[in-house]
Amino acid sequence: MKKIRIALAGQPNVGKSAIINAISNARLKVGNFSGVTVKKEVVQFKKNDYEFEITDLPGSYSLTDFTIEERVTKQNLNSNDYDIILNVVDSTNIERNLYLTTEILILNKKTVVALNMTDEAIKEGVEIDADQLSKVLGVNCIKTSATEKTGMEELLEAIVQTFEASKKETRLQFSDPYEEEISRICSFLKDKNYKSDIDFKTIAINLLKEDKETFQKFHDEPLWIEMQPVLIRAYEHLYLHFNSKDLDDIFNEEKTALAKGAVAETVVFKKQDKNQSTGKIDDLLMNKFLGLPIFLLLMWGLFKLTFVIGSIPMDWIDGFFGWMGDSTKTILGDTELASVIADGAIAGVGAVVLFLPNIIILFIGIALLETTGYMSRVAFLLDGIFHKFGMHGKSFIPLVTGFGCSVPAYMAARTLKNDRDRLLTLFIIGFMSCGAKLPIYVLFVGALFPEEHAANVLWLIYISGAILGLFAAKILKMTAFKGDDEPFIMEMPKYRRPSLKLIWHTVSGQAMMYLKKAGTFILLASIIIWFAGTYPKHTNIEKEFQAKIVLAQTAKDETKARSLKQEFELYKKENSYLGMIGHSAEPLFRPIGYDWRMTVSLLTGLAAKEVVVATMGILYGLGDLKDEDGLEENKGLVNQIKANISLASGVSFIVFCMIYLPCLAASMVFRREAGSWKYLGYLFVLTTTMAWTFSYAAYNITKAFT
Amino acid sequence: MTLDNMSKGESATITAINCGKELKSRLNSFGLVRGQTVEVEKRSLAKNTLEIIINNMHLAIRSTEAEKIEVSI
Repeated sequence: MKKIRIALAGQPNVGKSAIINAISNARLKVGNFSGVTVKKEVVQFKKNDYEFEITDLPGSYSLTDFTIEERVTKQNLNSNDYDIILNVVDSTNIERNLYLTTEILILNKKTVVALNMTDEAIKEGVEIDADQLSKVLGVNCIKTSATEKTGMEELLEAIVQTFEASKKETRLQFSDPYEEEISRICSFLKDKNYKSDIDFKTIAINLLKEDKETFQKFHDEPLWIEMQPVLIRAYEHLYLHFNSKDLDDIFNEEKTALAKGAVAETVVFKKQDKNQSTGKIDDLLMNKFLGLPIFLLLMWGLFKLTFVIGSIPMDWIDGFFGWMGDSTKTILGDTELASVIADGAIAGVGAVVLFLPNIIILFIGIALLETTGYMSRVAFLLDGIFHKFGMHGKSFIPLVTGFGCSVPAYMAARTLKNDRDRLLTLFIIGFMSCGAKLPIYVLFVGALFPEEHAANVLWLIYISGAILGLFAAKILKMTAFKGDDEPFIMEMPKYRRPSLKLIWHTVSGQAMMYLKKAGTFILLASIIIWFAGTYPKHTNIEKEFQAKIVLAQTAKDETKARSLKQEFELYKKENSYLGMIGHSAEPLFRPIGYDWRMTVSLLTGLAAKEVVVATMGILYGLGDLKDEDGLEENKGLVNQIKANISLASGVSFIVFCMIYLPCLAASMVFRREAGSWKYLGYLFVLTTTMAWTFSYAAYNITKAFT
Repeated sequence: MTLDNMSKGESATITAINCGKELKSRLNSFGLVRGQTVEVEKRSLAKNTLEIIINNMHLAIRSTEAEKIEVSI
């Protein structure tokens, strides 16, 4: 079986990842804003006796070295680790897309062009003559639509055909003066009998656009001496003709002319009405005065939805895990094994799965914002404000992703090319409460605030976290990250109808990741915490309590028996390993209103935020006594929190969770993206001091008012 | 005149781009090249950000960047 290695290149947001998904049924994340693919992804599949290996390169507007994406793409295309370039082009924006195509064609590799989004182009009245374009560019151009999965067979066929055929010469025709200089350099190289793997025309073009690498190569050759006058003369001709001394400008003008020429020859724009739906929607959504309020309203609606609709399936899940724990105890009896399964594993994992509905709704919302193209508008609306706080409008994308999960958010920050801007954004992402913190908030808000205010409080938590982040950014920008700002230029794509399939892919992927975490990492953590919360055993005191309980029961004093039992449970927890850790750390947290149980929960949250709720479930003895007495039926965690934690302590706990260090996995990604352990150290110090200070303030203010 | 001085609905031709290589390449790759026509579609409330149309593509650009682009109407 023959293997075809394909390098997939194209400008941002033309549907490269969508094409891979359509062609191979893989699951790559697709969004409607630039920079979804920041690292290259490799997908393999077999079809028609060929093995295809597609490398999805990050989208870049041209083959330069300024952003990480551009560098990754350029390096990959310059290497010889592939057989064929598949250049994906947005048919609705063909002229601008052809800039990159001309640069790719200059590389002189086997190339196939996919004219993607054909369906949308037809709707907008853009008619492309693909055969004619193939002739003009000298490579196969195939019309495709990744969303409607059309043209995929033809595309694969063209790839195989181009792969099997011998390489053709580039057919790019520059303007006459440019071509003249190219041919002059070519004939010079030919006269000197220069040997090279790269063909002369490509070398000549690279020399004319002052490509650094090409110059470095020639610099070490004896030919260099003789070549200089040839080049100087060529440059002077170009300067004269183009009335500019900037070779980049000249080359860019050539590219523009090439793209314009190709479009003029092969594309017909049928209707040119300006009142397209995108414009109409933008008149409202990007209105000077209404734009921001509408955005905030949308976000508020999303959180409201998360809370109200999410609570319905949550009841079912809660009931299910409660039933599972009880049945385990009934089947296995009152043994250690039953306890580790029911109180450790089931209680811990159950507390995490409980929040799956919330997370699914939140992710659907974020996926909707991404795929429709609204996200870029928000960046436009927010850049003015963000810039004042020392950040970049583009920081918005990683920051909003941070509301879902910090891990992809840290990765999305790569779209910021300036190191300082990127680091600054990395530091601020943690202030955007991630999906895993939601369970903590829902639990505490549900327990401490009346039901009708719950959604509002939740919204307030998220907003104040974000605002706090902005101020932290400003302070960091003025102190640690002083320097020039990164320019703000970004494309605002046309609105696209969200595809259910795409949203399903993203959301199900995220939900699975969350569940996998619950199934593995959190399961293990739950069992460890159960162990630390159950051992060491105090056999003597246990016997004492048991005797007292029996005594009370024989005396028919139910109330006493019950309070004794509770006292006993509490004693066991308090004198366990977990209790000991909590007690020794308690002095640090007492000023902000925590007891040892809250302290322990907080510490376990360093491993993963989901564990905080799981730990509380275990420490506050979720449903411990109910089945024996039958007296306390609804002793859920919410009621336990209500009974054990004051409003002030609860608010302080929420504030601490809002700010402190993200989970272990996210911290590791942070370190990788920031590039040094030092930064993780800074992050720890910054978040911990801030969390403690703000919690201290929140605790004392709330206490003063209650 | 520079791009940031244009008002909503105006269109003009780019005559020069006065900035460093890095930003210039950025602008070029979005089609902001000498000789092209740009139209201002929207301005944000505080006039910090502009939405411009070039080659049927909508671009968001900050006014600090727009002031480096010279245009003639």
